[in-house]
Amino acid sequence: MLINHPILGPRDAAEFTYLGDAALIDRPNWQADDAAEAFHDYLYLRDNPAGLHRELWFHEQGDRSWLVVTRNTLTHEITSVELARDVALARGRGKE
Amino acid sequence: MTDLKPITALNGDSAAVDTIATLTIRENPDLALASVAARHGAGDTVAARLKDALSLSLLAPAHWAAAGDYAAIWLGPDQWMVNAEYGTHALLASDLKAIVGDAGSVTEQTDGWCCFDVEGEQLVAAFERLCALDFAQMQPGQANRTTIHHLGCLVVRTDAGASVFGPRSSARSLHHALIEAAYSVA
Repeated sequence: MLINHPILGPRDAAEFTYLGDAALIDRPNWQADDAAEAFHDYLYLRDNPAGLHRELWFHEQGDRSWLVVTRNTLTHEITSVELARDVALARGRGKE
Repeated sequence: MTDLKPITALNGDSAAVDTIATLTIRENPDLALASVAARHGAGDTVAARLKDALSLSLLAPAHWAAAGDYAAIWLGPDQWMVNAEYGTHALLASDLKAIVGDAGSVTEQTDGWCCFDVEGEQLVAAFERLCALDFAQMQPGQANRTTIHHLGCLVVRTDAGASVFGPRSSARSLHHALIEAAYSVA
């Protein structure tokens, strides 16, 4: 399997490690009134889609960048690869 | 006075040289290494300071460049490995820190790595067996990090052939892998 790295181009999937659902980027605000409930959901509840899934991959044996890979769980087809940094900044993370 | 005796990464008094058919694998022990990582948002500042002081260009992803005594290999976003001859630049890390100042973090890497220079006709065939990179497409001036026999290595394409930087504590394993690949294409 190849992952089309946004900076380096197609690279062997064996160079990467998998973390999990890209929803991990959306860490709840610990100061919010409903923080306990939000963290329960953040930690324990995961979607398990049969189809497109956005997930975090780490280029451990490469340039060590974190990626958000959109993969079809039925076919393993990868439709998009983005730098997790760009995704997080676009979602307003890193500004607090 | 303690009489200390320097040894190479392969535990030799002098650098190992292996010639297998057309391929030559040469250990390079005379190497000072330091990594430079730009602080948040300071990538351009680090690049400008190294350019001014050493004429060294910090290039685009997956490339490397040399200038005078120094060479810089791209490691990751805003991160580079700088090398020079150890004999004349033993204080490379502190020299670089003086240049980049508070714009970057410099880490001494000299004793963490070993280096082998490989050249010869069967170079491409050997590296196709060693790693998952598209080595045949790599031009002199390009460099990539990948795994060779489960070891995280830097593969640097040079005019003469290729240089492989690997973990020094696994130097013998990496050397074995290179020799094995050389025999398999001989």
